[in-house]
Amino acid sequence: MSEGTLYDKVWDRHEVTELPTGQTQLFVGLHLIHEVTSPQAFGMLDERGMEVAYPELTHATVDHIVPTADQSRPYGDDAAEEMMSELETNVREAGIRFSDPSTGDQGIVHVVGPEQGLTQPGKTVVCGDSHTSTHGAFGALAFGIGTSQIRDVLATGCVAMEKKDVRRIEVTGELGDGVEAKDVILEIIRTLGTDGGVGYVYEYAGEAIESLDMEGRMSICNMSIEGGARAGYVNPDETTYEWLADTDEFADDPERFEELKPYWESVRSDDDAEYDDVVTIDGDSLEPMVTWGTTPGQGVGITQPIPAPDDLPEDKRDTAERAQEHMGVTPGETMEGYQVDVAFLGSCTNARLTDLRRAARVVRGRTVHDDVRAMVVPGSQRVQAAAEAEGLADTFREAGFEWRNAGCSMCLGMNEDQLEGAETCASSSNRNFVGRQGSKDGRTVLMNPRMVAAAAVTGEVTDVRDIEEREEVRA
Amino acid sequence: MSADGSDPDADDGAGGPAETVLRVSGTGVPVRGNDIDTDQIIPARFMKVVTFDGLGQFSFFDQRFTDDDEEKDHPFNEERFQGASVLAVNANFGCGSSREHAPQALMRWGIDAIVGESFAEIFAGNCLALGVPTVTADHESINALQQWIDDHPDGEIDVDVAAETVTYGGNEMSVSVDDAQRRALVEGEWDTTALMKSNAGAVRETAESLPYVRDDQIPAGDR
Repeated sequence: MSEGTLYDKVWDRHEVTELPTGQTQLFVGLHLIHEVTSPQAFGMLDERGMEVAYPELTHATVDHIVPTADQSRPYGDDAAEEMMSELETNVREAGIRFSDPSTGDQGIVHVVGPEQGLTQPGKTVVCGDSHTSTHGAFGALAFGIGTSQIRDVLATGCVAMEKKDVRRIEVTGELGDGVEAKDVILEIIRTLGTDGGVGYVYEYAGEAIESLDMEGRMSICNMSIEGGARAGYVNPDETTYEWLADTDEFADDPERFEELKPYWESVRSDDDAEYDDVVTIDGDSLEPMVTWGTTPGQGVGITQPIPAPDDLPEDKRDTAERAQEHMGVTPGETMEGYQVDVAFLGSCTNARLTDLRRAARVVRGRTVHDDVRAMVVPGSQRVQAAAEAEGLADTFREAGFEWRNAGCSMCLGMNEDQLEGAETCASSSNRNFVGRQGSKDGRTVLMNPRMVAAAAVTGEVTDVRDIEEREEVRA
Repeated sequence: MSADGSDPDADDGAGGPAETVLRVSGTGVPVRGNDIDTDQIIPARFMKVVTFDGLGQFSFFDQRFTDDDEEKDHPFNEERFQGASVLAVNANFGCGSSREHAPQALMRWGIDAIVGESFAEIFAGNCLALGVPTVTADHESINALQQWIDDHPDGEIDVDVAAETVTYGGNEMSVSVDDAQRRALVEGEWDTTALMKSNAGAVRETAESLPYVRDDQIPAGDR
């Protein structure tokens, strides 16, 4: 078992007791809730006559079903309206803070937590959403839970968990031009497999990780779950502290910041920490990645050939064959030139301000291809406002993108933003599962936000390194 | 179909104290393929509900029906597998989204136990919270079981959680059950709410010991 890692330290600090099952009762420092997975949990609580134990450590927002075009109430979709109303009632009765759309703070739960400073190093963070692993970017122990576990957390402030092993993934070197955090995590999942992380928590480290900004670290931790690891984290450092200092929690309370910093420092993995496994990834050799299949592990460098099923390990062949049939791709060819109908710039993986800034540099002065419908869905209302203030929204609009309101949108097609028929989507999101974006015949190609921007203007999967980026020109 | 000791069907996850799930017996249904994600088990559009009731009919919906609602080839559509309670699957079953709607849908369709090569963690945890065992065996054993179910759709399968065996047609195969899962099901402690609630004092002490938890975030009085 690991020893002296951030995971071990945070686990120990939050261990309440050992349960008769051998699981640990783990205290939850931050419980984030949203409208899709929480209503049933509140219902279960009601039936048992229980109340929310730690409402002050709970925070709600609405993201999955919220419309990104017309947000006037009641929502056009009755089911969405019902879910929203249910959440409003639940948080009001329980006294839970709610970043709802009227506050200007609403957004995807994994964008909202970090930008408000709720997500902090050394906290345990849970949410009824598998991408809760995102918050590990701050050195928090963060993982997704199911609805019955949400009930547990609401009722007791705790989850029952088994301790996992820790795998350190060291990404060496420096990322090349056009290569982003998204490419790093797609390569990790390609290498270790979609189930390679089952039983592990991933610690991301190495020069290429440490030099990333917080948004990049979030993109990587976000997709830990796509590699089977329920949680992933980066040790906190000055980059982390700089982000935190500017958040709601600490901007007006520098004393509190100084008070907590020693704790944040103390949870960093020790230099001589012991890991259950160590994997090294060569960051220097990476290029922009795209997926050719229907799992996030089916990725390939943009100039590399799509693998033939026979060249893959035996247990991957069957899935690869079905995926290639669904996608209509040919082994031996590259993904470059693969036609795109939709470009989606959004999701908890890649819809933060710096993601939009980078994509805008590709879009600036160009227009969306005639056969492509392109949309930008900012990760939160704050991201949206900031992007509008600095002119990014205009850049996207002028190029022919739709500029939407914040939400999960086409990442999972729970609102009206969906693929139609066999449309192909260049997507900055995290899952290319069959049917994920709302059409069971739809096809998703995952890529970094700049690559999505490039695909939007060319109408096909394009190596963004071949496109000249343009600095902002403000009138 | 029956589950000795208790009937998970009778519990919607909201009821009283949990009971033991020592074994699950019934006929089987094979669903083949690795990396079957929870979006396939239940597409997101069916999650626009505030209760889990009625989700069973939407299990594997897009694999089972065309856009025109015509049935496609899928084991869940086959007459001979109706009434099955043991689902036999391959590797990394239940990956992707954490939606508990997925095991809820399968359970409400009639599944009381799942036998597979491997399971995604959150999915397996969600199953446990519903009292649905997820037991594992190697690729060859699972293949053999799936084939046997195909040949014997009316054949009885016995998943013994305590003994870690699956018995069918005179074959007994060893399976692995995660240690905590086995203890939880066998001892009837898979409903963790009451269990953890009883430690409220210790929870409070832990909260007080954490530097980031402010005093005013800890509710007054004993909970």
